[in-house]
Amino acid sequence: MRYPFPVGAADFIQGDEAIARAAILAGCRFYAGYPITPASEIFEAMSLYMPLVDGVSIQMEDEIGSIAAVIGASWAGAKAMTATSGPGFSLMMENLGYAVMTETPLVLVNVQRSGPSTGQPTLAAQGDVMQAIWGTHGDHSLIVLTPATVQEAFDMTIRAFNLAEKYRTPVILLTDAEVGHMRERVYAPNPDELELVYRKLPVNEEEAKYPFGDVHGDLVPPMPIFGKGYRTYVTGLTHDERGRPKTVEAEVHEKLIKRIVAKIENNKKDIVDYETYELDDAEIVLISFGIVARSAMRAVKELRKEGIKAGLLKLNVVWPFDFELIEKIAENAERMYVAEMNLGQLYHLVKEGANGKAEVGLISRIGGEVHTPGEIVERIKNDLR
Amino acid sequence: MAKQIYTKYEMARYLRKEALPTALCPGCGGGTVLNAFANAIDQLKIDPRDLVVVSGIGCSAWIASPYFLADTLHTTHGRAIAFATGVKVGLPDKKVVVISGDGDLAGIGGNHLIHAARRNIDITVILVNNFIYGMTGGQVAPTTPFGAITTTTPYRNIEHPLKIAETVASAGASYVARWTTFHVYQLIESIKKALNVKGFSLVEVISQCPVQFGRRNRMKTPAEMLRWFSKNSIPISKAKNMSPEELEGKIVIGEFVNKEKPEFTEELNKLIDEVAQYYSLGGEDAD
Ligand SMILES: Cc1ncc(C[n+]2csc(CCOP(=O)(O)OP(=O)(O)O)c2C)c(N)n1
Ligand code: SF4
Ligand SMILES: [Mg+2]
Repeated sequence: MRYPFPVGAADFIQGDEAIARAAILAGCRFYAGYPITPASEIFEAMSLYMPLVDGVSIQMEDEIGSIAAVIGASWAGAKAMTATSGPGFSLMMENLGYAVMTETPLVLVNVQRSGPSTGQPTLAAQGDVMQAIWGTHGDHSLIVLTPATVQEAFDMTIRAFNLAEKYRTPVILLTDAEVGHMRERVYAPNPDELELVYRKLPVNEEEAKYPFGDVHGDLVPPMPIFGKGYRTYVTGLTHDERGRPKTVEAEVHEKLIKRIVAKIENNKKDIVDYETYELDDAEIVLISFGIVARSAMRAVKELRKEGIKAGLLKLNVVWPFDFELIEKIAENAERMYVAEMNLGQLYHLVKEGANGKAEVGLISRIGGEVHTPGEIVERIKNDLR
Repeated sequence: MAKQIYTKYEMARYLRKEALPTALCPGCGGGTVLNAFANAIDQLKIDPRDLVVVSGIGCSAWIASPYFLADTLHTTHGRAIAFATGVKVGLPDKKVVVISGDGDLAGIGGNHLIHAARRNIDITVILVNNFIYGMTGGQVAPTTPFGAITTTTPYRNIEHPLKIAETVASAGASYVARWTTFHVYQLIESIKKALNVKGFSLVEVISQCPVQFGRRNRMKTPAEMLRWFSKNSIPISKAKNMSPEELEGKIVIGEFVNKEKPEFTEELNKLIDEVAQYYSLGGEDAD
């Protein structure tokens, strides 16, 4: 297999472009999308590359159709992806829930822009954190990854596919207009350097009878994809292990939903990912994710220079959420701050995690500009005064 | 007792027996459509393993899922055709069939219907038009006749119904037909043709919902509704010579379109081959 872009080499590319290339290296062969700033470059790159790797990229009539086609393609056996931004993300919510309920692996990229509504189409925001986690109705769990650099956008796209396939779940790559449009150096590994995960398929007819049964005791059923003669029945209605609708039986609903949630929550240790900087003796702990984490990192350096014991926790996954980790850090901290480009979303999770062990402040910024490190430093110094 | 009937019913081998009896009301046209579809599959000797059935939400969506025994995707309201698009692109060698209602496919999902027809993707859509939102209790649909009584137009419907077959025909489908549940044999033949056409095919089936539509519109029984279908149906050949006024309230039946036209997944694969050859990438042994 040859790739229409450099592999085993570095290149200087946009975040959106990196996501497209990484998806193809991860084995994505179906893309469906609808144009929207600042995610369109992903779609354009996919349209250019897909036919060259025997893949397909199609434009649907709206974002509802895009994610629907992606789910259909995933059941047809393909690794599949779509990408969008705020307005389109909102339109995808119903079928995102369908993907959760039917345990359909897929990757949904949200290159965040300012909202609500059409908002600031070209400017970055982190206002969709709660929507990514809780936007679709009903009890559920899924996975949300948050890259801060173009290289991370690349690496996390591959990881997003691996997690989607491993846990048979939709995975959201929650990035933003800054990362999406910024150009940085990205190393694309050789395909043989990559560890790729593929969904478990049933090994025999018997296993295929339980498309939604915990047949291996790992909470993730093998997926009897279409076209293999299994006659699988897939529905968004509450269903039993065989996939049969059971819409009024409380036990069936409870068992299904609890397993779907548990397969994510019980594997938190495997899924959660974070980085720390100067955290060991930190009295002031900054918590951030995505593009803002880069300013926060810089702010920590500045604060240290001024003799303030600051540290950073950079979250690469915002769901599932490691509440225990936050509590442990809170125990040794005097104050914690969440820096994010919204009016306080991750903040609420951190506050819950801190469990009163440390005070939690919010350093919020909206309007399309990323916090400057100086802004963060000033705010903290002000509070300490 | 139920079990016995199913062993006598030959088409039962195409159905998920554990899902029977169906949840459809007695006298609902949905059963006729299911029967016609099963007969078409049987007569064409299509192995159900080579079939993927996709449906939306509504009574008519239940015809395909859970009752039909094939790979089945029972999706969200209105979106079946969009889901089916992904399935068909992923499995171009399988027959992909969408069965769902008028509200589902032509109301909330109308945009997907038009654009799938425009793309001419090889999906067969059996659209069950019962003039009403049956499942949710008889609310007005985009197909409800002018003046009809529904639970959300309790005085009378002041909107005009969408002509689905005509709309899809003008959107560019390869095959379009309309029949009613009274015209069972024509319906089976038409579904067979639709399944064999390479391209987007639509069979609109005018169907009775005596419970939510007929009852409120002076057709209490299924028989009364079927009589109405039979009396009001005009073959398309005859309709061509009739004025819009003469056609008011009539059901035009027959084939609207049956033509050859480039099909979407074939074009996709042609494009992939072309591009791969041009850049000599593609295959394992390309370099
Ligand atoms: C997004 C969404 N809106 C509304 C509903 C409720 N709903 C279920 S079935 C249906 C109408 C179906 O009508 P039609 O497609 O004509 O099917 P019928 O029951 O008449 O066969 C509606 C509105 C839903 N399931 N999802
Ligand atoms: S409500 Fe109407 S469409 Fe639904 S099952 Fe009953 S008769 Fe059929
Ligand atoms: Mg209806």
